Amino acid sequence: MPDVTFTVDGKKLIAPAGTLLIDACRKAGIEIPAFCYYPGLSLQAACRMCVVRQEKVPKLQTACTTTVAEGQVFTTESPEIAQARKATIELLLGNHPLDCPVCDAGGECELQDMTFKYGAGESQFVEVKHHRDEQQWSPAVFYDRPRCILCYRCVRMCGEGMDVWALGIHNRGADSVIVPNDAHQLDCEQCGMCIDVCPVGALTSGSYRYKTRPWEMNHVSTVCTHCADGCKVTLGVRQSNDGSEIVRADNRDKSGINGDFLCAKGRFGFDFVDSPERLQQPLVRNAQGKLEPAIWDHAIRVAAGKLKEIRDERGGSAIGVIGSNRTTNEENYLLQKFARTILGANNIDHERTTDYASFARALSGHPGKTASLRDIAQACAVLLVGGDPTDEHPLLAWLLRTDVRLNRARLYVANSQSIKLARQAKATLELRPGDLSRLAATLEAGQTDFSKAILAEESLVVIFGEEFRGEAIENLIAWGLKRDNVRFAYLGDHSNSRGAADMGLFPDLLPGYVPVTAPGAFAEYPTLPAASGNSLPQMLDAAAAGDLGALVVVGANPVSHAKLDPAVFQHTFLIVQDLFLTETAAVADVVLPAASLYEKSGTITNTFGDIQIVRKAADRAGVKTDFEILVRLAEGMGVDVGALVPFGKRGTTGDLGQSRGAQSGEADRHSVWLEANGLEPRLSPFDPLAVLDEIERLVPGYKLDRINLFAGNDVHTEPASPKLESGFVPLSTLAAPDLVVPAHDTLFTSGTLGRYSIALKQLEQHQKKELAEFAAD
Amino acid sequence: MPKLVSHPDEVKIISRRFGMGATNIDRYIELDGYEAVRKCLANGPEWIVEEMKTSGLRGRGGAGFSTGMKWSFVPKQSAKPKYILVNGDESEPGTCKDHLIFLHDPHAVIEGTIIAGLAVGSKMGFIYLRGEYRYLIEIMERAVADAYDRGFLGKHIFGTENEFQIITQTGAGAYEVGEESALMESLEGKRGVPRIKPPFPAVVGLYGGPTVINNAETIATVPHAIQMGGAAYSAVGTPRNGGTRLFSISGHVERPGVYELPMGYNLKKMIYDVAGGVRGGRKLKAVVPGGSSTPVLLPEEIETLGMDFDQVGKAGSMLGSGGVVVIDDQTCMVEFALRTISFYAHESCGWCIPCREGTDWLKKSLTRFHAGFGTRSDIDNIQYLAENMLGRTFCPLGDAAAMPTIAFIKKFRKEFEDHLNGRPCPYAKEGVPQLTVV
Amino acid sequence: MSPQNAQPGAATVFSPELAARFDALVEKYPVKRSALIPMLLYAQDEVGFLSDAVVAEIARRIGITQLEVRNVATYYSMLRFKPAGRYKIQVCTNISCMLRGAYEVYERFREELGVGPEGVTADGLFSLEEVECIGACCWAPAIQVNYDFHDELKPDLVPGVIGAYRKRAHEPVQNKEDNA
Repeated sequence: MPDVTFTVDGKKLIAPAGTLLIDACRKAGIEIPAFCYYPGLSLQAACRMCVVRQEKVPKLQTACTTTVAEGQVFTTESPEIAQARKATIELLLGNHPLDCPVCDAGGECELQDMTFKYGAGESQFVEVKHHRDEQQWSPAVFYDRPRCILCYRCVRMCGEGMDVWALGIHNRGADSVIVPNDAHQLDCEQCGMCIDVCPVGALTSGSYRYKTRPWEMNHVSTVCTHCADGCKVTLGVRQSNDGSEIVRADNRDKSGINGDFLCAKGRFGFDFVDSPERLQQPLVRNAQGKLEPAIWDHAIRVAAGKLKEIRDERGGSAIGVIGSNRTTNEENYLLQKFARTILGANNIDHERTTDYASFARALSGHPGKTASLRDIAQACAVLLVGGDPTDEHPLLAWLLRTDVRLNRARLYVANSQSIKLARQAKATLELRPGDLSRLAATLEAGQTDFSKAILAEESLVVIFGEEFRGEAIENLIAWGLKRDNVRFAYLGDHSNSRGAADMGLFPDLLPGYVPVTAPGAFAEYPTLPAASGNSLPQMLDAAAAGDLGALVVVGANPVSHAKLDPAVFQHTFLIVQDLFLTETAAVADVVLPAASLYEKSGTITNTFGDIQIVRKAADRAGVKTDFEILVRLAEGMGVDVGALVPFGKRGTTGDLGQSRGAQSGEADRHSVWLEANGLEPRLSPFDPLAVLDEIERLVPGYKLDRINLFAGNDVHTEPASPKLESGFVPLSTLAAPDLVVPAHDTLFTSGTLGRYSIALKQLEQHQKKELAEFAAD
Repeated sequence: MPKLVSHPDEVKIISRRFGMGATNIDRYIELDGYEAVRKCLANGPEWIVEEMKTSGLRGRGGAGFSTGMKWSFVPKQSAKPKYILVNGDESEPGTCKDHLIFLHDPHAVIEGTIIAGLAVGSKMGFIYLRGEYRYLIEIMERAVADAYDRGFLGKHIFGTENEFQIITQTGAGAYEVGEESALMESLEGKRGVPRIKPPFPAVVGLYGGPTVINNAETIATVPHAIQMGGAAYSAVGTPRNGGTRLFSISGHVERPGVYELPMGYNLKKMIYDVAGGVRGGRKLKAVVPGGSSTPVLLPEEIETLGMDFDQVGKAGSMLGSGGVVVIDDQTCMVEFALRTISFYAHESCGWCIPCREGTDWLKKSLTRFHAGFGTRSDIDNIQYLAENMLGRTFCPLGDAAAMPTIAFIKKFRKEFEDHLNGRPCPYAKEGVPQLTVV
Repeated sequence: MSPQNAQPGAATVFSPELAARFDALVEKYPVKRSALIPMLLYAQDEVGFLSDAVVAEIARRIGITQLEVRNVATYYSMLRFKPAGRYKIQVCTNISCMLRGAYEVYERFREELGVGPEGVTADGLFSLEEVECIGACCWAPAIQVNYDFHDELKPDLVPGVIGAYRKRAHEPVQNKEDNA
């Protein structure tokens, strides 16, 4: 649309013709109040708060439905308009209870703010207010009818936004009421978006209601710890007896990739941090074979001592390390460096939920071919193969729906099942077993309407999941690389599964998917074992065979995950860092209570390769971050911590190290790099940023846009974009069938973590009950 | 069967077949039925629209918009089918004219619908009647079936290449559905909530297609205007207010009934002459000229008042749906105001805040006030409320509640004041139950 | 029987005649959903009110959720979710009728039937309600019994109206629309 010029309150504004006046004004910093208007949802013109005066038009016009055209003249603030708004608020307050002192929304209520602004301070209304009792619709959602101002945001968010359509409007006139879909219960995805968009306190959250006042909280913007989409989440935190507790999760800060979206896990699933089962003291197995509480010093001494002893006596290959899908990039990087340079072996792996290594291999040498979530949100055409994002990647599903709805994007769904996103699809293709490896050929043949439509697209984002491994990935990507403008996204399961892979938690790949065997790889590491190490299954086999002297498990639960007989560890000294006494921790020799993602700082990378800052929100007495635990273990083993974490002033030589060999020790490359990039050295060995600096310096694909990253924005990274001269690890090794065990978490599960969230368990149970009732109907 | 009335001053155009058995298609044809549509088929769409513009026929639903103009707004070319929608959701208190049209002359509605279809190039019409009119829907359905049998409806109407289908539809109890876009919503099987305008129905209407919506009386008038010729039709009535209107005269008159009178007919004569004067020789206190949403008029305001859109508008009220409600001197105007407002509170769709909350608040305040628990400030407050609803609501229903309220207070302030100081209604009659709204 | 009627439970909700009518109704309009409001009304006429089973069956026939059906059904004042009397006496008390004694008529019905607003007589024959304008203003006061209009009522005529319907109820051949 061409730009037009129009006047608002005497100011000349320019916007594309057809822009809604309310949007054009807000963009220009002119605030127009509205209850029913919500960007991206259908227009209502119901609340009448956004009325403005348009020149030559007899009645006041609603800014939410007026589109701008050349030469129009508007007034948005005048005594007449203020009176209209004031009267509307007076009318609302006629029935709205004035229970602000006990209302959850008090302090963050749009009606309160508008009343304050337009001064409907005098109550003219002496009639009896309509009263209805509050209803509980689900463990997550409560509805207080008298507070409801009928803006229909919730109804639209649920229907248009979520494509769930669980909320309706019954009756008419003053009896109008919002109702859930199953008599007095909500049968839905329990995302809580309805609560989030409610401008008043009519919809309240089961986990937050009547807990605190908004102004008693600090709001910390961080990233959700559950699925691999990486939603930005704002945690409301309050002082508690043993630190600070999270009382609420929402998305006040709408600057994330997720905009205003959060799913049930992001919104309600934070309560695991306060689980009574949370470990707050290290545990050490005593002479009687029982785990007993210990002080940190002791626990570290026992663990570090044993690691040193085994390494020194049996060699590094007798020790295994299993990393986490939820710890930060810095922790994962540190862990692999710890394993490789201190324990001295490449025996490091993680519980792989998808085959990122093959994805990286297929894309190596082809920069610019991965799609960030923001790319997907704006894509003209998307091919989604397999998976069910609605359940497993709620944000991705939200963005695809929104892209189709608002940008008229074309979604193509190829799946063996009928998934909910097919409703948004322009075309669908039913996949049969074995079709995955033939998919590229089928598309290229262009014989079906589906493939014809795909081939006709000028640009395309192809999204696929763990069903594709090894060769199947290679085939699909090879097809896409032959075409212009095809980009890829690969789906994994947990919040930092991608980061774990990117940071080299592999026995054969270093950070950035650099093969361990590549000549000169990570040459500045003090020591780097030349041979590939054992994979996770191989480590477990070694343990079973009695060949594994020690195993360090960080935030993982192989006993449950790999369905192990715990007895396999009887000859292995087992060190577990975790939040809970998981099945694996229960058989450990030393258990070190770890901080959750909400209790630490650092970065994580979502499955699309978007890296984001994680900020410490809550605090829990007795726990330590995995980062600190690793540094302390290293220290306990008598290692110079500075070799592990580059911190402190280390000094550079005059020639900036350029003329000296990497191993010379005369130039400190890290210091050189910091200086070249205008950065100061980090002062503490516990500062994750010190490691982030090293990551950026050493890990291919992690050249970070720091300004954006530190401003809280997501920054896209790519796996191993330069073609590795030394070739890659063979596909057969990467894609060995038992290496990848997908979690397929649903809306209410989150691996081991989800078990400790009472809120998620309640929601899952509620939905199971709804399902059972539906089946019985 | 509703009683038919007549008066020498009547000019029977729309009502000329009333009581003559014209529900029977043969009888209708005998009475010149389906002549107008043949004339239209012979002359083509442009001619029809011009003829309607010449006739000066203005919408009988209440807004009084020129019918010919409305039809001319429909785009000639349209990717989506165009529709004709006949609004027979007659619900404005004081109005029962369409009732008689459906009862006595259903084929005139069908014929008018076909003509509208020809004029704008539509192939399908809907005749929507309020759900309470079940027996009239059955009459309409029979008439439509008969018209199909004769080939007046169907793929080739009157043996031509023109197609036209008619579907009858029932409402289920909602005044708001009388609003044109709410009517479209209801016809699409949704809640009767109006749509945001623009786009207007002539561009995006029923099922997204260009749609002409006319009141049943307007549509039933069309064949007559065509048959008489636009100019001849226009000559009846006053300038810019062509033809006649069905006036529903009700309330405290000797001979209530639906009378067809030329536009511009004097209101005082209508009451005293046509309807036989105020019942029992009592004095006139007030008159509502065009259905309950139109501001009440005092006796001195109707002396020379001609009943057409422009004159009534000038007098500060509206011709509306032509429902004249006559009120005698023994009526409590507070009670009358309360009953009027209760209706709008009951019928508000609830979509927008000013109407939903405003009508509810007005009803509560007036109920308390009428029961004798009012204060002086309530009177101003009621007026303040109504004035702040006016022009601020999503659709005209809010105005329909606010306008009469303001008039009641302005014109009968003393009666409101008489209800103060804890006194029960001073106008209460012995043995007559008082209106108590629950 | 159409394939739709072969669905479990469907047969028991509506009579075969009504089911057949509905089969035709959903085909009648350019868009299926336009049949919703007539269906609700006709189903209520036969069943007496919109039971859960009626709502579920209509939702299935139109292909929308039950919530959607209820969103619409609760909007319209003629539709109800609880049983009423076999003869629903609806007294218009809007202005034109009020001016001509609608409240006296209403009061008389109340006395004769012994039920208040929305009440149902013990024998289930009658229910009484005050309604808004029914479009019979010139023949006021007017009432509707189910869909039948009775014009120019006076309190003294009330017993006669009740009697006529009571008699009709006891006639051997029942008018099936009586349930309306």
